[in-house]
Amino acid sequence: MEKYSGFNLLKHALTGHRRWPRSWRSPEPKPRYDVVIIGGGGHGLATAYYLAKEQGITNVAVLEKGWLGGGNTGRNTAVSRSNYFYPESTRFFEHSLKRFETMGRDLNYNIMFSQVGLLNLAFSRHELEIFRRWATAIQVQGVDCQVMSRDEIAAAVPLLNMSPHARYRVYGGFMQRRGGISRHDAVAWAYARAADNLGVDIIQNCEVTGLEVGDGRIRGVKTSRGAIRTDKVGMAVAGHSTAVAAMAGIKLPIVSQCLQAMVSEPVKPCFDHVVMSPMVHCYVSQSDRGELVIGGGADTHPSYGQRGNLPTTEAVLNAVVEMYPTFSRLKLMRQWGGIVDIAPDSSPIVSKTPVTGFYISTGWGTGGYKAIPAGGETLAHTIAHDRPHPLVEPFSLDRFAQGRLVDEGAAAGVAH
Amino acid sequence: MKRTAQRLPHARVDPGKTLRFRFDGRTYEGVAGDSLASALLANGVGVVGRSFKLHRPRGVFGCGKEEANALVQLESGGYSEPNARATLVPLYEGLEARGQNAWPNVRSDVFGALGVFKRLLPASFYYKTFMWPNWQRWEGLVRRLAGLGIAPTSADPQKYLKQNVHADVVVVGAGRSGLEAALATSRDPACRVLLIDEQEEPGGGLLASPAAADRSWLEEALREVAARDNITLLCRTTVNGYYDNNVLAALERLSNHHGPAAGGAVRERFWRIFAGRVVLATGAIERPLVFPNNDRPGIMLASAVREYCHRYGLTLGERIVFYTNNDSAWRTALELVDAGVPVVAIIDLRPAVESELRQRAREAGIALHLGTVVTDTRGRSGLRRLVLHRLAGPGDALEAPAGTLDCDVLAMSGGWTPTVHLYSQSGGLLAYRDSDACFVPERAHQAVTAVGRANGEFAAPLNLQPQWLTPGVSAEHQWVDFQYDVTASDIQLAARENFVSVEHVKRYTTNGMSVDQGKTSNVNGLGILALATGRPIPEVGTTRFRPPYHPTSLGAYAGIELGALYTPFQQLPAHAAHVAAGALFEDYGAWQRPACYPRPGEEEEAAMAREARAVRSAVGLLDYSPLGKLEVRGPDAREFLNRMYLNNIRTLEVGAARYGLMLNEAGIVIDDGVVVCLARDHFLLHTTSGGATTIHQHLEEWLQCEWTDLEVIVGNATTQWATLMLSGPKARAVLAQLDGDIDVSREAFGHMQYREGRLLGQPCRILRASFTGEVSFEISVPANCGLSLWEALMQAGEPHGIVPFGIETLMLLRTEKGYPHVGADTDGNTMPQDLGWGGAVANKPDDFVGRRSLSQPVGSDPGRFQFTGLELLEADARTVSGAHILTADGESTAGYVTSAFHSPNLNRTVALGIVADARDRQGEEVTVFYAGQRQRARLIKPGVYDPAGEALNG
Ligand SMILES: Cc1cc2nc3c(=O)[nH]c(=O)nc-3n(C[C@H](O)[C@H](O)[C@H](O)COP(=O)(O)OP(=O)(O)OC[C@H]3O[C@@H](n4cnc5c(N)ncnc54)[C@H](O)[C@@H]3O)c2cc1C
Repeated sequence: MEKYSGFNLLKHALTGHRRWPRSWRSPEPKPRYDVVIIGGGGHGLATAYYLAKEQGITNVAVLEKGWLGGGNTGRNTAVSRSNYFYPESTRFFEHSLKRFETMGRDLNYNIMFSQVGLLNLAFSRHELEIFRRWATAIQVQGVDCQVMSRDEIAAAVPLLNMSPHARYRVYGGFMQRRGGISRHDAVAWAYARAADNLGVDIIQNCEVTGLEVGDGRIRGVKTSRGAIRTDKVGMAVAGHSTAVAAMAGIKLPIVSQCLQAMVSEPVKPCFDHVVMSPMVHCYVSQSDRGELVIGGGADTHPSYGQRGNLPTTEAVLNAVVEMYPTFSRLKLMRQWGGIVDIAPDSSPIVSKTPVTGFYISTGWGTGGYKAIPAGGETLAHTIAHDRPHPLVEPFSLDRFAQGRLVDEGAAAGVAH
Repeated sequence: MKRTAQRLPHARVDPGKTLRFRFDGRTYEGVAGDSLASALLANGVGVVGRSFKLHRPRGVFGCGKEEANALVQLESGGYSEPNARATLVPLYEGLEARGQNAWPNVRSDVFGALGVFKRLLPASFYYKTFMWPNWQRWEGLVRRLAGLGIAPTSADPQKYLKQNVHADVVVVGAGRSGLEAALATSRDPACRVLLIDEQEEPGGGLLASPAAADRSWLEEALREVAARDNITLLCRTTVNGYYDNNVLAALERLSNHHGPAAGGAVRERFWRIFAGRVVLATGAIERPLVFPNNDRPGIMLASAVREYCHRYGLTLGERIVFYTNNDSAWRTALELVDAGVPVVAIIDLRPAVESELRQRAREAGIALHLGTVVTDTRGRSGLRRLVLHRLAGPGDALEAPAGTLDCDVLAMSGGWTPTVHLYSQSGGLLAYRDSDACFVPERAHQAVTAVGRANGEFAAPLNLQPQWLTPGVSAEHQWVDFQYDVTASDIQLAARENFVSVEHVKRYTTNGMSVDQGKTSNVNGLGILALATGRPIPEVGTTRFRPPYHPTSLGAYAGIELGALYTPFQQLPAHAAHVAAGALFEDYGAWQRPACYPRPGEEEEAAMAREARAVRSAVGLLDYSPLGKLEVRGPDAREFLNRMYLNNIRTLEVGAARYGLMLNEAGIVIDDGVVVCLARDHFLLHTTSGGATTIHQHLEEWLQCEWTDLEVIVGNATTQWATLMLSGPKARAVLAQLDGDIDVSREAFGHMQYREGRLLGQPCRILRASFTGEVSFEISVPANCGLSLWEALMQAGEPHGIVPFGIETLMLLRTEKGYPHVGADTDGNTMPQDLGWGGAVANKPDDFVGRRSLSQPVGSDPGRFQFTGLELLEADARTVSGAHILTADGESTAGYVTSAFHSPNLNRTVALGIVADARDRQGEEVTVFYAGQRQRARLIKPGVYDPAGEALNG
């Protein structure tokens, strides 16, 4: 793998960049792998990378039905944070955030992680009480969290609507300074390049159409490019989790819904943080290119249509203009949707399953981008040792049967 | 670029009406009918913008929404709009615009020097560097250089409307095909046709046609359209989105053509269109050719040169050269010559061109360079000269230099791209048509058809020979996406690095991601990728088009629903009385309710203390109208409620009330309230105030999805009744004074009883329940009688010292009493046993929602957070809801303070919480943590005020 650096960029400039090597190969599928990962999103690619890097398993294939990173990994708003409510969640996401902080150097790929700080706003007395509880939870867990007053918020977000005519009054909020945004494509590509370099076969345009199970064990996968034998399959297919798990006869408590995101035309820097609020429901940040990146709630009905419909677009942008009245004359440039996999408690599932050798990573819902490093690492560990990684023990599939939910949805409201 | 002294005749502008405008600080004149772009061109302004990445000087290149270069900052202050397309801005008197992304201005931008470093900045260079020490060190610099216009900093003075419309047929595009479609479908008088066009006037491409036949056809067609009652014509309206169920979104520009002179008028109208059938007559967009330095000001689309000539009457240059790979540009060139425009040469990369065209061109005095390509362009701020080479064969290497050619305008045509964006958004499939090198609609997914050029039906054959980039010369300066500075070499680099899916290439190079969303760059990019990867174009595929088709103001999506109209709020029936009493209003769900009633100069806490003391010592009145009131009725109502509530509803007698807990399937407490039995088959559910709607939905879900056999109806009567809570030791005395037929004496009307009757001549419902711990009457009258009841009670209570009290005071009172408030003193894990209701669960013989989950292991896990009272050990200590209780080691959370107030009646802090194993740990000391401070507290039984409950029976 040729190293990426300013020096090498200069060197290649001399030859007109005509000598850069491929970022990854495009191998033909082999008849047998030690581990097959379904889904070439961030989670699948990271899992393959950590299998090779940390578990020493390199005979691995990642099967992607389209192009790598083309699912939610390439469609999200790229927010990373670790200010979750429950300790189980915070431990996991803080581990992931730390990985984000060093990912550029670890994978030798500038994922442009910019820790602009993530501000949550409360719009009522009751919300403020919940926020106090939430902020204290984060502090108790030793994660950075700064409670901010209305005035401090006004100074940090000058374009925020503080007028007496605003429908809701800003009561206060809290900020995680280490939270931020990065380039989602870069994260997928960085893992793909690094995994490929360690010998992982990334096979694009290869859809898994069936799972072979015999005597309660995984035997292989059927794909649009032929059958592949393997003893271990890791599934990381986000919105398609229920469909793929059903191929192994497993019914998952997952609902698939479309979540939209959108960007404005690019403008010069005017918005310094990621600002979100559960009540006036939208969140906004500004990308390095200058686009305002906007997200909100999911479309209201279950769907596999990666589009998103008008009422939700309107609702999200309505909230944006109510919160930032001067954005009114900016123009929406592009809107899109991804199918998110939502568990009843809005927490992920990284787990073994009743089928031996079949491991799943799902339930990432509206907030699994930030989890890509830790999700990959823990799924790789779980696959390699057939035992959950300690960080994901609370996130096993059987928690639903036992009622041991990690109800972030109920605790905090938003989860991006 | 040449200044035009006089407009050509037949142009659709009014040369007699001059309009003054300013661009980059200089004053110019245009004429009525101009666009900002045509006016700038008329004044010979060559450089109007700078590119995104390299700050290359750029001139107007198109004439419509495909424009990638002429992006300007329009107006200032609240009227400011960044990234306005000069081609789409109709000129008006006093218009002010500035070039963007440049300093000090677009003519001489110091950042233009970046172009020198182009080599160092190939596609996605940033992913390969800026890693040490970390990205953030570099980011500030990069961020400042990126971005285009400047976001306004003052509020938008104008408004936006939204409107819904239903139509049997929606025709998008009022060019020839669209007009024909509208006239044909509207022949059936019952068919409502909506005809929409994005330009300032209908006519589409016909507006740029000099042919008399076209002009008269258009006039005739428009007369006919006007005469048909069933056609609605919307101009200045761009259809932006095509969604599921044939829903379209469109934006109508109502007053943009007046600029700031429109004042606070409605600027734009957002149309939600519900279409039976859609006809897309959206035309086609010309493609640029890709050759070295093809981004120099003066190089334009042939169709744009044509439009500026015929529609705006501009000659543009003194030596205009055409460069093409298809026949359409020849016809344009000939038309221009006819109009008196100096076309000096046609360069065509095809070795052979139809003899008739050649013949006519020669006759027109045009020099012909066939089988020739442009391999470079020269000029400082504008185009001066072209460097030509002969091609060895189609798409092949260069053969021999073919000299240079002086010119000041180059009109290029690389073919046509049907405008299939909406078709693609609708889910329709596209197919690549080799002969015209373009994507055309193939299979519709909704009720939509494409017609005319949008469907790839060109008036005359193009005889096109694709050339995706110029062979034999470096690809490094061959621009593909003018806006984001993507060159052919960037796409080749992507392919080299194995980014071979179109989506990868788009993201890796940013080709097509700029404000024009690839309208002129997508297909060229595909072609280059196909060459680089040795695949045919259909195999490379195309990216999916996403809304909006053309960027749309965020304000338009918001409409008028801002400020007070952002979300509807509900006012209490006695709102006027609360205002008069000086209430401090806050949002509680949708309701605006008095938190308390501070007197002038009185702090909030003091007001609450005063109100709370009055309730405990005399009497208070609270507008409790948001209290949920669900009526449940039917032969199976009792059975249904018995399944929904943890509590036994079977034994509830008529006229009696019972406290109840409702769980979800996971056994989590989601609501508490009082169930009143009005008749054997008729119940009234008082849910928590915030819960009325969700609990209603919860009930309906079980009825409609699970127990369809039960005969029950549920109605939400919350807003039909005003409910006032009269509470305090004098409550009974006050109520007794009012004219009514219900005996409210202690003997006749006990706690948790319910009566119906008349009060002040109105029907009324009275429940004796208590959330304050004092004798309370929850009196409901028809909503419109709420105010008069409030006034009557206040008057009757005056001698007893009655005060109005707010919801926060109620919270204080119930915290003193230790009554839990579901949602505040419970969380997403609270089960009934955590509230002390484990016994009730065990005793209930029947099944109920959530019961199964309660018996799971989690229900008896150690460390469950349980409801408890909290006593702070230090005198005068305070705490807040949101503080945490720590584990013994002080390292982690073992619970929260969920309610905390300063009690005026006990003169100390009263607090409730949920704490790990609290029910078994009563009396133990714990640490409370908030904002870095630790305090000691003791777990105590909730309810420190009047623990024996004597007040209730007083
Ligand atoms: C609009 C939007 C905004 C978001 N914003 C954020 C955010 O700000 N922060 C955050 O942390 N998270 C965010 N998320 C969530 C986040 O994007 C996802 O949780 C995360 O990307 C999931 O990664 P993944 O690898 O599991 O799934 P994906 O990236 O979706 O990858 C799954 C892959 O599986 C492939 N696949 C499916 N079925 C098959 C099959 N049968 N055979 C082979 N391959 C198959 C798919 O093609 C896909 O490429 C957002 C999501 C969306 C949609």
